[in-house]
Formats: sequence, structure tokens, C-alpha cells
Amino acid sequence: MSSMPEIKEELVFDRPGVLADKPTHYCPGCQHGVIHRIVAECLEEFGLVEKTIAVSSIGCSVFLYNYLMVDTVEAPHGRAPAEATGVKRARPEAFVFAYQGDGDLASIGLAEIMHAANRGEKLTIIFVNNTVYGMTGGQMAPTTMIGQKTTTCPAGRCAEREGGPMRMAEIIAGLDGVAYSARVAVNSIKNLAQAKRAVRRAFETQLHGDGFGFVEFLATCPTNWRMTPVAANERVAKEMIPGFPLGVYKDAAKED
Amino acid sequence: MSGKRIFIKGNEAIAHGALAAGCRCYFGYPITPQNDIPEMLSSAMPAAGGQFVQAESEVAAANMLLGAAACGVRAMTTSSSPGVSLMQEAISYMAGSELPGVIVNMNRGGPGLGDIGPSQGDYFQSVKGGGHGDYRTMVLAPATCQECYDLTFEAFELAYKYRNPVLLLGDAIVGQMKEPVVPREPLAVDPEEGGDWKLTGRGQRAPRLLKSLFLEDGALAGQNILLQRKYESMRDEVRVEDFETKDAELVVVAFGSIGRIAKSAVRTLRAEGLKVGLLRPITLYPFPDSVLRELAAAGKRFLTIEHNLGQMVDDVRLAVRGLADSAFYGVFPGNLPTPDEFLEPIRAAAKGA
Ligand SMILES: Cc1ncc(C[n+]2csc(CCOP(=O)(O)OP(=O)(O)O)c2C)c(N)n1
Ligand code: SF4
Repeated sequence: MSSMPEIKEELVFDRPGVLADKPTHYCPGCQHGVIHRIVAECLEEFGLVEKTIAVSSIGCSVFLYNYLMVDTVEAPHGRAPAEATGVKRARPEAFVFAYQGDGDLASIGLAEIMHAANRGEKLTIIFVNNTVYGMTGGQMAPTTMIGQKTTTCPAGRCAEREGGPMRMAEIIAGLDGVAYSARVAVNSIKNLAQAKRAVRRAFETQLHGDGFGFVEFLATCPTNWRMTPVAANERVAKEMIPGFPLGVYKDAAKED
Repeated sequence: MSGKRIFIKGNEAIAHGALAAGCRCYFGYPITPQNDIPEMLSSAMPAAGGQFVQAESEVAAANMLLGAAACGVRAMTTSSSPGVSLMQEAISYMAGSELPGVIVNMNRGGPGLGDIGPSQGDYFQSVKGGGHGDYRTMVLAPATCQECYDLTFEAFELAYKYRNPVLLLGDAIVGQMKEPVVPREPLAVDPEEGGDWKLTGRGQRAPRLLKSLFLEDGALAGQNILLQRKYESMRDEVRVEDFETKDAELVVVAFGSIGRIAKSAVRTLRAEGLKVGLLRPITLYPFPDSVLRELAAAGKRFLTIEHNLGQMVDDVRLAVRGLADSAFYGVFPGNLPTPDEFLEPIRAAAKGA
């Protein structure tokens, strides 16, 4: 009789210490949590936890500070880039990032994001594009896709009536002060790895004092898309990525 | 006191006062009649080792202030009426998050775009909260260039003492006139200031959070109770200029530039033998209710003069209610009154007419 081989347990995956050990308030299948984790991992890998000041914004992610154990200040709707400017100017030695949804960043806060980017503020913006207003119950966002139904465009977004979705990673990349702008997704293992590389580069950009770093995440909102988590994740691949192509739109450090 | 007098505009005095008080972050957006402030600070602030940002709007300027304030760095923004309306969102958030900062309003004529002439039409907005929610900002009203300097300096001390936004309410008259100002010894700000709450990056301590959202059951009520207590405690800071009210039968109540112009009128009428005096509130919030009430209890009559169509007079009437009333004389926003314009209204009020 051959004996069973002895199984040795090896820990390959753990919670980053900077993430609080508690369940989140996000809906099942929501990717805000995954994105928090990537940010948390990068903060730890770069040894930034102790010198970070985060700016949390309005939307489902306002409670970022319940999960990420760093110094944090809350911003009014859309104003996070202005507030982060104030933080970084007051404390240039701190590592500063803001976390914003698409309603927050591309609608009410469009002026603030454009100008902080254009000034080349040494900040990192984590932008979560789920093509809808999550917290307020699924209204149309500036990133809502043509034909996508929301509670305020029940017949589907129509270019003639509502304009087309705004592609922020491309728009931001066009500004002189920007050192890094990329769009990523977390719908597959491959994309997840890519996403983390992008956040790393954006962080490096700030650490090297190169200028403004921007990472747009395509993310799910199964609740307001009225989809199961699995279907929502499939929509990212089928509809969102074709409409919002992934890639690095600017990496100033690599260009020169 | 560092002694040597300087001959400067009220607006410049605000910039100098802020620098002397240790202000090291300035955020602003151009609007008449306060542009001398950002113009001066665009070079003076970096020279002092601080930061100057011309923001994309007053909305952004006030939120930059919020960010810098969260870091415990002395910071200021300045504007005029329409611009201050845009700042109200951030001011409400700062009050809710208990963040110290200085906001200067060199009041111009309104409502709407109004004009660029002097006015006190933003009294209500300044002292009643201005933005959304139950909150107060401390409000200081300078009447001279020296006061522009001194009150700006003190605004920073008060902002940190109470962890609250402090407003300086001036106008186009005091901002644009030039007078000798005696500067103070620049303050060496205690590096430990704000040490128990400011954001620095958490280091070895527990993370800190500055916010105005209180969703859990009863949490907001708790925060509001604390805030209201704080606003009550600000009453200790009441300041007035009292000019010959002791034997006066009529007390003129007027603030800022109008208070100063009214003082000239009161002086003229005193020379005529009329028993009149002036009470000039220097703190508009906290309002000097008890001072007014004492005067009312001593049997004085009141005339409130303002550069608007009747705002502070409500607070005067509330203060003296049950004992007296106040007559009102209003100068239309945008007009520039002379002391002579006030003589007849004061005479009439003194007669009890
Ligand atoms: C000035 C202001 N207007 C409106 C709101 C209401 N509001 C809260 S969250 C939100 C939308 C946020 O959507 P998004 O940025 O896409 O974030 P998500 O919830 O999808 O993560 C809105 C409009 C507000 N808080 N403040
Ligand atoms: S509403 Fe959407 S964005 Fe908000 S937590 Fe739920 S799934 Fe996530």
C-alpha cells in the first residue's frame, strides 16, 4: 500500500496589513473591493503606508477609510483633486492619492480633475469607471455607454440626446502636466496583473516627482446594471473594453 | 511689535497680516475688489517658503484650503461676494470636519453680479452659516487698514483655537484705501499646532480621519451637539468698538467701513451737543448681543446703519428685544456714502422720530 504524500501548506495569498480585517459594504461582485486591494498592495510594496494621505470622495467608495488604514480626509462631491492639491502643497513629503468614481470625477468634478492634471500636481488619481452612478441608485453617468439603460436614460443612452461616453484616460493623457495615464480592468487574472503594473507606475511617477498620475479602472456595478456578478464581469470584456480600450495612454518617463 | 510703519492698502494689509501669522498656503481666484491680495501673495508666499496656487475657480480654491487645513498648515483663501458664494460648499465641509482656515470676503454689491462697488450685502451669508447645514463661522469685520492686518493675523489664531473656519468680512472701501499700518512681529508657528488631529501620514500611530459624514444612528446628532457647544464658547471672543455710548441717548450700531464713516457723523453731532454714540461690532459672529442688551437696559435708543437693505438690524433687534427697538438706515449696495449722509438719519432717530 502506498502512503499518501504529505501535504505541506504554503501561504501564497494574504490580506495586506493596511487593509482592515472586516467585511466591506460593497455589493456582491462589485469591483471597488478588488481595486482597494490593488492600491493596498502597492502602498505596502512601496513602503508608503506611513506617509500616505488619502482623499476619499463621494459615491460608493466614500468609505474607503473604513478599509484602508491610512490618514484620510473626505472631499465634497467632485472636489477631491482640488483637495488633494491642497494636501500635497501643504505636505509635499506625503504620498497623496485620491479615489474617485465616474460621476465624481467626470461630471461634477470635471474642472477639478482637468486642472489638477494640467498643473501637473504630484498626485495619483485612482478613477473607478463603472459607467453609472452607484450610490444614488443607478442614474446616467458621463461614462454611460451608448444604448446602456439607466434610471435617468431608461430608453438607453442616446448620443443625440445625451452625448457620448467620455474617455477620461485619453482626455487626461492629452494634458501637458500629466506624467502617466492608463486604463485597466480587473475582469481577468491577466488584466488584474496589468492593472497592478499601472498603479505601480502611477505611484512611481509621484515618488519620482514627475507629475500627475492617473489610472482609470473599468469596474462592475452588478446592482445598478441589474446583472449577476458573473454577467457583469462578462459585460466588462464584451462591451466596456471595446468602448474604453485598455492601455497606457501616456508614460512621460518612458517617452524621453 | 516690529515697529516700522508701512503705508499700504487694506487688501495688502490682509496679505501682510496672513504672512505674519504664519500662513503658508494661499489659494485664490481673481475677482475685483480683492485682487491685490493674490497678486501680492503670488510672489510673497513662495518667498516665505509657502505655496501659492491660482485655482481654476473659487470652488477649487476653497477645497484646496480644505486639503491644506486638514494637514494642519495655516492656509487662506480670499475672494469677493460671487466667489464666496461658490466657496460655501467647502466652508460647510470645513465646519463639519472641524478644520481651521481663513476666508476673506471683500464684499461687493449684489445680488447676482451686482457691481464692483462696496457693500455689506453678504452679512446674512457670513454670519448665518452661508452654506448648507447647522454651522457657524467666526466673522471679523475690519474698519481700518490696521484692523485688516491685525484681524487677519488673529483670524488664524482663532481658527486654530476653535478648529473652525474664520471669515474676515471687509468691503471695497477698506480694501482699496491706503493707510499706515504697524506690522507685528511675525509669529513662529508652533510646529506641534494641530498635533492631535492633523494629517501627516500615520507613521507609527493609528490612522486619522477627517470627515463630515456621520451615518450611524445618532452620530450626526452627537457631532452637532459638539459643534453647537463650540459655537457657544466662541461668545468669549466678542469684540466691539465703543465710542461715547456711556451718556448717549441714541446708539448708532454699524460695522466695518460704515462703522467708521458713522463714527465721523457721530463726532460731528456730538460737537453740536447731541447725545449720540457708536457701537461698532468687530466680531459679527459671535454677535455682541449682551453689550447691546446692557445698553438697552440703560434706556438707550438704537439706529442701525448698514451698507445693505437691512440685515444686521435683525440681530440688533433680537439682542434688545423686550427692552427697545432699532431704527434702520440703509445705504444702497454699490453707493459710496459720506459722513454727511448719516447726519439727518441720526438726528431723526435721536429725536425718536
Ligand atoms: C453636490 C452633490 N451632489 C450630489 C450628490 C449625490 N451623490 C452622491 S454619490 C453620487 C454619484 C456617485 O457616482 P460615482 O462617482 O459614479 O460613484 P459610484 O457610487 O458609482 O462608486 C451623487 C450624485 C452629492 N453627494 N453632492
Ligand atoms: S452600487 Fe454598484 S458601485 Fe456601489 S457598491 Fe453596489 S455594485 Fe458597487
